[in-house]
Amino acid sequence: MDIQFTEEQELLRNSVQRLLKDEYSFDIRRDIVASNEGWSRDHWRKFADLGLLAAPFSEEFGGFGDGPLATMIVMQEFGRSLVVEPFMETVVLAGGLIEAEGSDAQRHAYLPIIAGGGEIWALAWAEQGSRYDLGNVSTSARRSGDDFILSGTKTAVIGAPWADKLIVSARTSGDRRDHDGVSLFIVDRQSAGLHLQSFKTVDGRRAAEITLKDVRVPASGLLGAEGQGTAILERCRDRAIGALCAEAVGAMTELNASTLDYSKTRKQFGVALGTFQVLQHRMVDMFVALQEALSLTQHLVLSLSDGETGVSKLASGAKAKVGYAARFVGEQAIQLHGGMGMSDELNVGHYFKRIGAIDILFGDPAFHLMRFARTS
Amino acid sequence: MELKLSSEDAAFRDEVRSFIAENYPQEMRVLNPETDLSKEQSLLWHRILHRKGWIAPLWPKEYGGPGWSLTQRFIWEQETSRAGTLPPLAFSVTMVGPVIYTFGTDAQKQKFLPRILSGEDWWCQGYSEPGSGSDLASVRTKAVRDGDHYIVNGHKTWTTLAQHADWIFCLVRTDPAAKPQAGISFLLIDMKTPGVTVRPIITIDGSHEVNDVFLENVRVPVANLIGEENKGWTYAKFLLGNERTSMAGIGRSTRYLRRLKDIVRTEVPKDDPASGEFERDIARVELDILALEATELRVVAQMARGIDPGAAASLFKIRGTEIFQRITDLTHRVMGHYGLALREPAGGNNIFMPGPAYGHTATEKYLNSRKLSIYGGSNEIQRNIIAKAVLGL
Ligand SMILES: Cc1cc2nc3c(=O)[nH]c(=O)nc-3n(C[C@H](O)[C@H](O)[C@H](O)COP(=O)(O)OP(=O)(O)OC[C@H]3O[C@@H](n4cnc5c(N)ncnc54)[C@H](O)[C@@H]3O)c2cc1C
Ligand SMILES: Cc1cc2nc3c(=O)[nH]c(=O)nc-3n(C[C@H](O)[C@H](O)[C@H](O)COP(=O)(O)OP(=O)(O)OC[C@H]3O[C@@H](n4cnc5c(N)ncnc54)[C@H](O)[C@@H]3O)c2cc1C
Repeated sequence: MDIQFTEEQELLRNSVQRLLKDEYSFDIRRDIVASNEGWSRDHWRKFADLGLLAAPFSEEFGGFGDGPLATMIVMQEFGRSLVVEPFMETVVLAGGLIEAEGSDAQRHAYLPIIAGGGEIWALAWAEQGSRYDLGNVSTSARRSGDDFILSGTKTAVIGAPWADKLIVSARTSGDRRDHDGVSLFIVDRQSAGLHLQSFKTVDGRRAAEITLKDVRVPASGLLGAEGQGTAILERCRDRAIGALCAEAVGAMTELNASTLDYSKTRKQFGVALGTFQVLQHRMVDMFVALQEALSLTQHLVLSLSDGETGVSKLASGAKAKVGYAARFVGEQAIQLHGGMGMSDELNVGHYFKRIGAIDILFGDPAFHLMRFARTS
Repeated sequence: MELKLSSEDAAFRDEVRSFIAENYPQEMRVLNPETDLSKEQSLLWHRILHRKGWIAPLWPKEYGGPGWSLTQRFIWEQETSRAGTLPPLAFSVTMVGPVIYTFGTDAQKQKFLPRILSGEDWWCQGYSEPGSGSDLASVRTKAVRDGDHYIVNGHKTWTTLAQHADWIFCLVRTDPAAKPQAGISFLLIDMKTPGVTVRPIITIDGSHEVNDVFLENVRVPVANLIGEENKGWTYAKFLLGNERTSMAGIGRSTRYLRRLKDIVRTEVPKDDPASGEFERDIARVELDILALEATELRVVAQMARGIDPGAAASLFKIRGTEIFQRITDLTHRVMGHYGLALREPAGGNNIFMPGPAYGHTATEKYLNSRKLSIYGGSNEIQRNIIAKAVLGL
């Protein structure tokens, strides 16, 4: 089931690799994270120039026409370099939603701007108490003439402080936990009544709690069919999981490589750490975990590409399996680095923290394990 | 686990309970006492215990201990950790103090012990070096005799809270020709001596807990040598034994587990699919704690009958740290999306933290507790010890 990449896809991978190698060293990333804004417009521009921000879209919008695969290629490399810029939020989530669910007008209005690096987008779905249930929404959207009026609060919206536009889930009918009755809206971040409280995340990004107080959105801002938001978000989550798994695989790859390398150079008791059998076996298990994660990620991405039915169950399975694998690898990478693993100076802890965040996004491994078990 | 207490012991427990309730400084009840208190604040409770005569339960009465029985000490451990009081600085009271009263000269005892008890001196532990972690006997920091001084040169690292320290106890090499363990001495060094430099190391949770300590031509009076020259390894191991015994951390784990249960109750509704999952995971940890506590009680009872606990300290260290790591993992997990936020260290500017206050330290605790299986002799090293000392492999 190994993926045979096309020449074009190999080219994409090589160019991302080259760009990140030249311009996204760990030191540069550290400066970006510590900067006032917390992300680099300059790099975003370069991603756009290289065509990365268009890659997952159809040819019509400058992409490769095989979204999940192109996304996987980019995210795996981004995972290896711990890129903090909101590719996931802007291109995979928002771009993906607009391309899959938007009207022709919306596609033409927004995708060229996103692909060109002109705007940052963020997706606001979670709420206090919703945990990982996409349909657990109490933010309301009521009609008022030609507009919708949105009120409520959204939690942990990654990238919101950087965003120009938000996609917000809100209830147009039904009760808090009804699957139906949720709708998605494109909301300008500068809208009157929209208030952000920003905070830093464990993986060096920025996020916000969002309060909406009678925020007016024109009917043209409705994304996808009214009331179908939960199902739409579920499809979006499947794609997001493909991307997050690829990113986790990238991070695991680097963790395994640096742990192995360290075990060969670090000496205690007069010998390299790698000569201790208990550590050898640990690293073998880390290797196996990565192999399984990579295989399942590719399996998921191919199924996403083919639009197979049942892909959602597989997505949950992958999120669980890759999540547990990545956490194991992260914890062991720190352990095997000893005190050095605890140091902020080394990149190991930063991969570990990104893995921890990936675990949480769109549902942790325990949640998805259960969903895998219960989805037919 | 409740011990069956005699009426005197029960009275003692009640006395301890009410003393804590009436005297523990409100100022020290912050979100994360280990990172959020200034040096002065963290010494408040120390000073209160000193005045009461309860600061050093393990010490013999003649050096300032309270003269408690084993059971009373155990009660003290339980009550303080259940109440969540900040323990007195371990490097001073648990580590170097016993080394000084066991192996030190009279002059050293008179000079250092009262200042440890009062909290006047803050000690840090200068064992590890960049090249010497698990293989501690390979330390390279050199101490060369020059009249009635040693000239010390070297680099200590991972030194916990050295930024606050007045003194550091160091393993130094005094005989480079001898076998590694045989050429080490145990030296007490005043941090204010010229040539001592402290550089912060920031850890993955963003806190400043550990440091590099550079020693450049530091002149240390020979009077600060503990015991005999080149016998330092014996004293070092004596101390490590004390360090690991305290690592079962039953009281702390029990307290954090209780807190976790409360959080789960508010964060995860019963009909949430995650609810059953948490219930099961928590039950598992609870049983782990119960089994470890029972083991600890068994060992304490054996010690009271004069039986050598052997490598029990290694067992406590392994399981105690694994259990606490697991609890911090679950506590982080139960916070869901709020687990994405990481508080800035005290004085930082991540002023806004999303979600309820009880979750604000979940991420930093989870990250920080990765250290538990690394320091104090890593858990791999502890398993090596049991394999060798107990299983005879
Ligand atoms: C159901 C079954 C069917 C079998 N069928 C066949 C067959 O068709 N043909 C055939 O030739 N043999 C067969 N075997 C034998 C099998 O290959 C051996 O059992 C196996 O190679 C282990 O050897 P051993 O039993 O001597 O155990 P040992 O080699 O003595 O090993 C005992 C334990 O020590 C561990 N161990 C050994 N060396 C190391 C090391 N260097 N590092 C770490 N751990 C180590 C092992 O993993 C094992 O856990 C079969 C065995 C079983 C149980
Ligand atoms: C937060 C923190 C606070 C600390 N505070 C202090 C302090 O105050 N004072 C002080 O002196 N030190 C302190 N330390 C240092 C600590 O004691 C060392 O980190 C620890 O002994 C491990 O050494 P190392 O970091 O050099 O790792 P290494 O020894 O290089 O070990 C790396 C990995 O290899 C494994 N390993 C090593 N040898 C073997 C073996 N023989 N068999 C199997 N596995 C092996 C280890 O278990 C570990 O997983 C602290 C460390 C941390 C992280």
